Amino acid sequence: MTILMDPTSERAPENRQPLPRPADLEGKTVGLLDISKPKGNIFIDRLEDLLVQKGLATKRYIKPTFTRVAPIELSQQIATECDVVIESLAD
Amino acid sequence: MSYSVIVKEDCATCQLVVPVIKQLEEDDELAIYSQDNVQFPTGVSVIDDTQLEYSWRRRIETVPTLIKFDDNGEELARVVGWEKSEWQALTGKPLEFDLPDFRPGCGSKSVDPGMPEKLAARFDRDKLQSRELTISTEEDDMEACFDRGWSDGLPVVPPTAERVMRMLTGTNRSPDEIVGVVPPNLVPCTIEKIAINAVLAGCKPEYLPVVIASVEAALQDEFCMHGLLATTYYSGPLVIVNGPLSRAIGMNSKGNALGQGNRANATIGRALQLVIRNIGGGKPGGVDRSVFGNPGKYTYCFAEDETNSCWESLAVEKGFSETTSTVTLFAADGMQGIVDQKSRDPESLSRSFAAALRVVGHPKMILASDVILVVSPEHERVYRQAGWTKQDVKNCLNKLLTIDGSELVAGAGGIAEGIPEKLGGKQLPKFREGGLNIVRAGGSAGMFSAIIAGWGASGTIGSVPVTREIK
Repeated sequence: MTILMDPTSERAPENRQPLPRPADLEGKTVGLLDISKPKGNIFIDRLEDLLVQKGLATKRYIKPTFTRVAPIELSQQIATECDVVIESLAD
Repeated sequence: MSYSVIVKEDCATCQLVVPVIKQLEEDDELAIYSQDNVQFPTGVSVIDDTQLEYSWRRRIETVPTLIKFDDNGEELARVVGWEKSEWQALTGKPLEFDLPDFRPGCGSKSVDPGMPEKLAARFDRDKLQSRELTISTEEDDMEACFDRGWSDGLPVVPPTAERVMRMLTGTNRSPDEIVGVVPPNLVPCTIEKIAINAVLAGCKPEYLPVVIASVEAALQDEFCMHGLLATTYYSGPLVIVNGPLSRAIGMNSKGNALGQGNRANATIGRALQLVIRNIGGGKPGGVDRSVFGNPGKYTYCFAEDETNSCWESLAVEKGFSETTSTVTLFAADGMQGIVDQKSRDPESLSRSFAAALRVVGHPKMILASDVILVVSPEHERVYRQAGWTKQDVKNCLNKLLTIDGSELVAGAGGIAEGIPEKLGGKQLPKFREGGLNIVRAGGSAGMFSAIIAGWGASGTIGSVPVTREIK
């Protein structure tokens, strides 16, 4: 454990914050990442139906295995091609 | 009346005076503090100072140190090492022991290398007001700094309390002193916050006064730091350091002065940028809307080469003495070279300079940017041999850069860019009055000079260079 002195104006919360979320999905491309957990694809299929009904663009991705973090090439591909990503966790 | 004595076992003089300490302990109220072994000296009651808090608070530099207190616990006097007559005088006792008259003491553990800042961080912690952030053992400290957005893109030094305390030894100013308000978020800026960002940037404590002066200069209203940050233009703050301190801290004013490789040049300019980023909240993509930026927005700082110059320095031109150290802040773009290897008379060289200066911003742009002309020693020699002062050079360049308006109007030369048609009949200066600045720097070989163009908004509508004494 290291204690560091805050170099900022201290106007942001002490804990790291998640990246800002978009206010809505209008015009956004939604990535759908199946992490290869059983039945994750069913969950993703249903989400995709709902998103497409709303007129949104979707792209599907699959992690080789849920036991490991996504390969860097896959993370880069999703970050390049999509505005947001939904990751399924199912069993 | 009472006494305290501070000793360590690992000190021959402390070993020597054990009999004296034992007698004083029998006769008087004596508190014995041991820095390294609570069993030393044996046979007496010893207070554990292995954490060195007492030694730190009493500013002990040598052991043994014997301190005499009045009845209110106020220190009256102290002696360091062993000098029999001094110990006798302090205690008023004959101290008849078979000891030499004099033995020097040893260094106190509280002043071992690296120890003062450790002790300051431990025992003077309340002098720092900044929030403490806990980085878990699973996190890499360097990555944690990136993740929290404190970096300009290059690694920063993690600002531990010890490092901040060490940085603050570089100034006598109080950590809670506010030096100004940092744009764009208009945050009051303390010496402590500057010190933390100087740690991030990699500064040595001896650079801190230069960083503080740079921040103070950048926060002057006439420098217009907010506008300089927000502009779509290329510019960012450049720090030019003058005076003896630039040499004392080893700044580079010679070969590669505008390049990499010198810690002071590199980290002072970077610390200023990190202050704007972290304290002020000024970041690219946020309030910083620059189309390109420039490489100097990582760091942009050099010293003027004042040694053996035939010209007065930039600081002297601004009204400071040669013995005063200053920073001058300039709203600067990147650097453009001027190559002239054939001119041997000042008129020819000045015509080269003028031709190159003419294109600052745009060949038709006038009265917009200020400029710093960095003249190398080999080019300066041409002027030296002809006996030209800096003002002579400026007068010549300003004359050569007085341009017929017909060349500058919109549409002239088939270029839509240009000044209004109505100015076509006038003779117009490229730079506003006082907008052309000259400094001497660079390596001793090479007939090259450099143009550092300024922000397109100069003077009262934009940024005015600000010079400030380093204190």
